[in-house]
Formats: sequence, structure tokens, C-alpha cells
Amino acid sequence: MKLVNKIFKYELSNVLRSRWMIFYTLFFLAISYSLFAFTNDSGKAILSLMNVIIVVIPLVSLIFGTMYLYNAREFVEMMLCQPIDRKSLYFGIYLGTSVPLSLSFIFGILLPFIVRGDVSEQFGLLILLIVTGVLLTLIFTSIAFFISLINNDKVKGLGFSIIIWLIMSVIYDGFVLLVIYIFKDYPVENSVIVMSVLNPVDLGRIFFMLKFDVSAMMGYTGAVFQKFFGNTLGMFISFISLILWIFLPQYAALKNFVKKDF
Amino acid sequence: MISIVNLEKKFGDLEALKNINLEIEPGKVTAIIGPNGSGKTTLIKSILGLVKPEGGKIFVNNNLVNGDYSYKKDIGYMPQVARYPENLKVIEVINMIKDLRNSNVEIDNDLLEAFNLKVELNKPFRTLSGGTRQKVSAIIAFMFDPQIIILDEPTSGLDPISSSYFKDLVYKEKEKGKTIILTSHIMNDIQELSDSLAFLLEGKIRFHGSISSLLKNQEENRLERVIARMMMEN
Repeated sequence: MKLVNKIFKYELSNVLRSRWMIFYTLFFLAISYSLFAFTNDSGKAILSLMNVIIVVIPLVSLIFGTMYLYNAREFVEMMLCQPIDRKSLYFGIYLGTSVPLSLSFIFGILLPFIVRGDVSEQFGLLILLIVTGVLLTLIFTSIAFFISLINNDKVKGLGFSIIIWLIMSVIYDGFVLLVIYIFKDYPVENSVIVMSVLNPVDLGRIFFMLKFDVSAMMGYTGAVFQKFFGNTLGMFISFISLILWIFLPQYAALKNFVKKDF
Repeated sequence: MISIVNLEKKFGDLEALKNINLEIEPGKVTAIIGPNGSGKTTLIKSILGLVKPEGGKIFVNNNLVNGDYSYKKDIGYMPQVARYPENLKVIEVINMIKDLRNSNVEIDNDLLEAFNLKVELNKPFRTLSGGTRQKVSAIIAFMFDPQIIILDEPTSGLDPISSSYFKDLVYKEKEKGKTIILTSHIMNDIQELSDSLAFLLEGKIRFHGSISSLLKNQEENRLERVIARMMMEN
């Protein structure tokens, strides 16, 4: 644990200085400021922000995570020549990548909200937005690490990451709708629940929207979740599934990292 | 003392190391030579635990490699290509490694002067040239006074002044009784510095023994000729 802390500390100071991270923070600052400044209803602004982060966070976490691990290869080599074990190194790098991404996001959202938003009324909802965003960051960084470790070729790994993002953010919804349409004469609710659990982007959206309780924004999968589990249990189940989504790719990536030749 | 027993390593279909047996004597400089792609770097990386072999065992000071990682505190390694976190400053990386090794040794001032590194300490790595990075690697490799020093083509990116200073440094460490492993394509450097030689070809050891007896047997006084002859024979 002490080793993880040390590695994390150095990774953090390295990543926080990268230009990417500054752009990422500025991006959230700009979006969030314009939304909170130009709408009187902070609830609506948070909803719009949600629609932005659900697309942007997976994309940036995947690309940044994949590239970072490729670029850190020599650094990993150098570290492995020091008396440290591979597990500590892995978690040090993982936290060193996902924590600054999360911090950029939190800072970029929180600052405009405090300055221009309706802090007394909508604070709970903003916290939920931040939790969803952080969960998505942790999930997609661990997926990115897994992709980066199983592909030695940088271009291939990056392509893979973009495809995963496209599938989960764009194509998946269409796929679910297609399945529902094809099997419209059969009860498809159970399969719809399974399908949404298989996609962390969808899960994140459901987790947030169940609290927000706007049925029009929930989408079909969200509506099924609500009908099946109700709001509280639905949120609980989607939250647990999101946590599982952090650990499964993580486990696969760690196993690969421990055996890998550098 | 490093002993390598029946070491095997494959990268896909390519057999990088085939049944390597090698004893690296303590307190001596052992050169590992061979053409490009003969397995030199793979062998070194196996000793460091960076590459995980398919078969065989490596012992460093009687510790099995890939068991406990603490044996690495006795090793200083200077890699062939030196790359570091681009946004960190040189001094930060050095302090980081000190921190990881729980050491509080100071950087050797003479070494900094000789390598002209004093002005570079507060620059981030992305602004440094290849040669400067290699000098930083050299400083890190020697800094913790390790018992074993592994140098993978150390002089390839250094200018003549630094290179000759570096060779003096290696010589001094040898005098202190360090075990040194060296790879290089510059035979003059090897003849100057090394006691024994391991010649790798296509993942096998073709020759292992002392340089002086090799030269005597072949009735030559230049190592380069002997090695060229050996490479052609194979």
C-alpha cells in the first residue's frame, strides 16, 4: 500500500501537468459555466450536463487511458527495475491516471455550479452527477488499460478503444431498439435488463435518470428498470453493476500486467 | 553472483533464448555480445524480471528471480533506450527512485560535473536530448552503489568525452569489486573493460570464457577480429 501511494503521488504530478488534462478541465468549465449561466433552472442544466458527460467521459477516459499506458511503457520498464512489485505498480499507475481525470471533471463541473448554479436546491443532484461521472471514469480507464495491455501495437489499441466507445455510446442503443422491435411480440423485459447491465454507459444513464425521475429521458431500458425494480432498488442494482464494471476489466488487466514481458 | 539455468524464452514462434546456461562470476565484468536480435537484451531483461521466461531459472545472489522482488535493490540497470515521464523534471525522477528505494544518498557531484548535467536537473525530460537522457540513466544506475550493474549498450548515444569518462567510471566500479554485465557492439570498449565474454547467437551461447584465453587460443590481439571470425564461421 505504501508503494502504491508513492507511485500514485508521482504519477499524479506527472499527469496533472499534461496539456490534455488542462484542456479537459477547461472543456468542463466552459460547458458547465455556459449551462449554469444561461439557464435559470439548475436542474435542467444538470440534465444537459449529464447528456454531455455520458458521451465525453467514456471517450476521453478510453483514449487518454490507452495512450497513457502506451507512452508509459519505458517508465514502467524503469520502475520494474526498482525493487517494487508489479501489482503495486499497476494500481499506482491506474490511480495516477483515473484520479486526475476525475478531479478535472469534478473541478470543471463544481466551480461554475457554485458560482452560478442553484446551490441550495440542486446540490444533491449535482453530487449524483459527479458520482456517475467518476464511476464512468474509473470504468473506462480500466477498460482502456485492458485494451492497451492486450495489444502491443499502439494504433491497433487506439482503434480498439474508439470502436468500444462507438459500440457502447452510439451503436448499442440502436441495437437494443432493434432487438425490441424484432421480438416485439414476445416479453423482452428480462433480456432488455441484461442488455443494459452489459453496457456501462447505459447503466450510468439509468443510475442517474432513476433519481431524476423524468420518464421521457429514461429511454426504454431505463423505463424497464424502473418498472421492474422501482426507483430505489433500480438505482441500487445499477450502482452495483457499475462497481462490477470497474473490477472486471481491472482484474483482467492486472492479470495481464503481472505476466507481461516488458 | 548470477546463475542462469536452462533458460527458455519464446516470443510467439520466435525462440529468443534456447536453453541458456550461464554463470556470471562475481566481481568481474562480463560482456554479452552477439549480432542484433541474438537475444542479448532479452537475457538481460530476464535477469531483471522484465521478461518472464517460459522455462528455466535465474538466481541472483541465491534469490530466485520472479519470486521476491527485493533482489532488485542490489541491481543498477542502464537501459538501451532511456525514456522517462515526459512532464517530470530530472531531479524529480531521481528523487522518486530514491524514495522508492528508501535511500537518501546524494547525487555524485563529480559525475554531474563531468556529464554537464547540473543545468539539466531542473528541466523536464521532454526537453532533453537522447544523449542527456542516457547520462541520467547512468547516474541512476550507479547512484545507489549496487552490487550488480547491468549496462545495455551504454556508450551508443554518448559523445566521446562522456563516453571516455563513462568507461573510467565502469573501470572504477570494477576495481571496487562490482559484478558488471555489459552489452555493446563496440569491440574496443569490450576488450578494454571486460574480463569474460558470452557470445550469443540465435538465442544460444556459442562461447563463454575469459577474453585473454580466447585471444591466446586464436593467436590474435584484437577482439574484433576474433569475434568477426566466430560470426562468420556460424
